[in-house]
Amino acid sequence: MSRKASGLKAWAIQRLTAMYIGLFSLYLVAVFLFSAPSDYAQWKAWIGGSLVSVAMLVFVVTVLMHAWIGVRDVLIDYVHPIAIRAALLGVVALSLLAMGLWAAQALILVRLA
Amino acid sequence: MMTTTRRPVHLNLLKIKLPIGGIMSIIHRATGLFMFLALPYLIYLLDLSLSGPAGYAQAGAAVHGLTGTMFVFLVMWSLAHHLLAGIRYLLIDVDLGVEKEMARQTALAVVVAGPILGLLLTGGML
Repeated sequence: MSRKASGLKAWAIQRLTAMYIGLFSLYLVAVFLFSAPSDYAQWKAWIGGSLVSVAMLVFVVTVLMHAWIGVRDVLIDYVHPIAIRAALLGVVALSLLAMGLWAAQALILVRLA
Repeated sequence: MMTTTRRPVHLNLLKIKLPIGGIMSIIHRATGLFMFLALPYLIYLLDLSLSGPAGYAQAGAAVHGLTGTMFVFLVMWSLAHHLLAGIRYLLIDVDLGVEKEMARQTALAVVVAGPILGLLLTGGML
């Protein structure tokens, strides 16, 4: 991808991830509204199911990508001193990485338990 | 030699008067940022709820009570607004709802629907 098209790539990723996040959020909301787990065993069985588990992991990754592009755009628009902007971008990137691994760890560990 | 034009760039939120589309847009940003900031707590709750029956009960208690309910409401409002505004952007990408009057009406609809859906979802879940 050329330097010139990097904005286009971010634009496309933002829309692709938005569609997955949107659809999966609707599914999550529907589950919590209409068939919410009533105890730990049910919760664990639902989220540890192979299909839901993989879909959740994809959700985690798409949220990370979507949040990165969104927060990056906000920082570029509102934080002008380049050193502060770079530092904040670094903090955001590392935080997203840490949060993604934390969520993935919880989702995977519950399947092994 | 590149010349810098002194065209006015208005990003100062306190100085500009936003039309409804702009209000919807800035709430889209604010809700996105809020959900980003809420992520660590949401993941903490997920991790806690999956740690065992005790953690599950603890996470359940955390989203009830006054502050818990307020938090869930803010997340649901954010999700509803961000999703609806996002769908509106996707439709505009394919040239649907681009005309000024239509764009204003859909923007207003998104702004109004956000907190209403937020309340309904919070009420339905807790």
